[in-house]
Amino acid sequence: MSKLCLKELYTGFRNPEVIKSYASLIEQEAKKLLQVVNIMEVCGGHTHTIMKYGLKQLLPQNVNFIHGPGCPVCVMPKERIDHAITLAKLPDVILLTLGDMVKVPGSDGSLQDARANGADVRFVYSPTDAIKIAKENPDKKVIFFAIGFETTTPMTSALINQVINQCIDNILFHINHVTVPEPMRVLLDDETNNIDAFIGPSHVSVISGSKIYDKFARDYKKPVVVSGFEPVDVMESIYMLLKQINEKRCSVEVQYARSVNREGNLVAQKLNNAYMEKRDSFRWRGIGEIAKSALKLKDEFAYLDAEAIYADILPTKEIDDHKLCICGDILKGKANPEGCKVFGTICKPSNPLGSCMVSSEGACAAYYKYGFNLNDKL
Amino acid sequence: MTDYIKLSHGNGGVENNELIKDVFYKAFKNEILEKSEDAALIEDGKYVFSTDSFTVTPLFFAGADIGKLAVCGTCNDLAMMGASPKYLTCSVILEEGFGMDALKKIVLSMKKELEINNAIIVSGDTKVVPRGSVDKIFINTTGIGEVIQSGISSNSISSQDVIILSRDIGCHGATIFASREGIELTSELQSDCTSLYPIVKKLIDEEIQITAMRDATRGGVNAVLNEWANQSNACLEIEEEKISISDEVMGLCELLGFEAISLANEGTFLLAVKKEYANKALEILKTFNENASIIGKVTSRHLKKVILNSSWGTQRFLDAPTGELLPRIC
Repeated sequence: MSKLCLKELYTGFRNPEVIKSYASLIEQEAKKLLQVVNIMEVCGGHTHTIMKYGLKQLLPQNVNFIHGPGCPVCVMPKERIDHAITLAKLPDVILLTLGDMVKVPGSDGSLQDARANGADVRFVYSPTDAIKIAKENPDKKVIFFAIGFETTTPMTSALINQVINQCIDNILFHINHVTVPEPMRVLLDDETNNIDAFIGPSHVSVISGSKIYDKFARDYKKPVVVSGFEPVDVMESIYMLLKQINEKRCSVEVQYARSVNREGNLVAQKLNNAYMEKRDSFRWRGIGEIAKSALKLKDEFAYLDAEAIYADILPTKEIDDHKLCICGDILKGKANPEGCKVFGTICKPSNPLGSCMVSSEGACAAYYKYGFNLNDKL
Repeated sequence: MTDYIKLSHGNGGVENNELIKDVFYKAFKNEILEKSEDAALIEDGKYVFSTDSFTVTPLFFAGADIGKLAVCGTCNDLAMMGASPKYLTCSVILEEGFGMDALKKIVLSMKKELEINNAIIVSGDTKVVPRGSVDKIFINTTGIGEVIQSGISSNSISSQDVIILSRDIGCHGATIFASREGIELTSELQSDCTSLYPIVKKLIDEEIQITAMRDATRGGVNAVLNEWANQSNACLEIEEEKISISDEVMGLCELLGFEAISLANEGTFLLAVKKEYANKALEILKTFNENASIIGKVTSRHLKKVILNSSWGTQRFLDAPTGELLPRIC
């Protein structure tokens, strides 16, 4: 910490003068647009940045944000959460997961509820904390409920690697890692989509490299700019996208060049490939089945796979969201939270009906928390 | 309401308030309780009365320990009502096997802090329970203070007032998180745990008329601003850049995905004073901590809401803390 001064990593990217000057550059560029431009930020982290820093308020009328499917908690279908709860309720099991996964409701309550009723559910900051917990509890089975996009997958792989190398025999995995390009492709293959350009995810791209977006520029003719998470990053990325549109270019550009290159983190990719492979298909909450869009443990590691070991007791019933919930359309970029009848009335962060209200990175939660209608009511 | 207690019922935010309102206020309803102040005004406003229970992991942390916390917590609640802390009770629930040296250290911290407040413990109780029934040690303190400036209330903030913050925020919450998660900071980060009575006394001695005061404990500055907006039926407009956050706290928030404004403090308070007292109050606060700052004003733009203005001209609501404080995923 003493050498790496965190402050230097973010202060410049929140500089008010720089943000304001990008706002005026965007305004100039937007004047040249022939029609309204819909920019999808794929990643929930960007949704959060846009709402938290009020960036929507700085954009001209003809530049629109639509929110994509990149919130790992939001896209997890209820039956997977039911898996976690079923495992957590087993005797002598400690279920570990990351952050706000614990508050997502399944068909009957959340992991938090299971914990309040006696299950041992813990969240960890780093998956490798699981090693310590497993060693402290040799009589218990520690199950790591792994979630997240490409960003968090290497941390799970690193944990698998340590479990195998250290011969730890009381850690199992329930893998729910999903990947970004496949849902992007599904959204674009839908002929009714209204996406003109993409802000590409930050941390996902650090791992996978910017090359995973090539086909969207090349085949689908959509400009992509991989952006950092800070407000200056997002503003600069919007400017870069508008320039591409006005210059009639479609390419993959990297605004987040301080962390992202074309090939990505090869060591992490190799580690992932050693232990995990693509599932044939995975059901995304609100979107449905998407082929090759998620990972599972390779068969040779089935002895570590809680999904295989407990297959007999894990529920298989697919559960859809409440009929009034439009999270599916929101995750596809076809609707915004304010278009939902139950938004902010029945569905709130303290009582989420749909997944987008659950995680702080979900579009509905971000709109609710930061006040999408603040200016409307002035 | 759920059928059972969840951790989020103790968050100092939305769920916590629901629990208090739907269970406790419903049963104990009376005029004094319903004022929902930091401490209850009794005997025609001559005295204030408050209680608080303390449980913290770890028991000893940079800047304080559970003993100091237990005295500061109750004395600060009394001080926030413009009172001088006088008499405290102390109840301790101990887990079988708890170390005697640790207990003595905690009690010594309490003694030191009582002296700063010029208060004494006049009654106490101890219980020892079997291993596993409590987490090491729980302490309750209850206190009575003598009001030295009356009329302070979280229900009477108006557009005549400005909002002042006593120092930089989030140090206690950040210290506790860092030590729980074993994040080793080479920096000077330590809890802000402090007795506020000396600062309050100075403000009152200098004839500052205080509209409202509240220490920003659980739920942080966020919770207090939202409580004030609600209780006084006002809109608080806050300039985000005026809220001072140390590099250490900000760094930890960046690492873990928290917002400093919702982190707990144990010696940081918000002050609402009429505009004519603002500069003098600020001057006094700055003699205790140079990061004291006037952070906002009171309007009627969105009643019962807190608005944060950014330094690049955008605005957002500051929503009251809900749920547990959970780190982000990626």
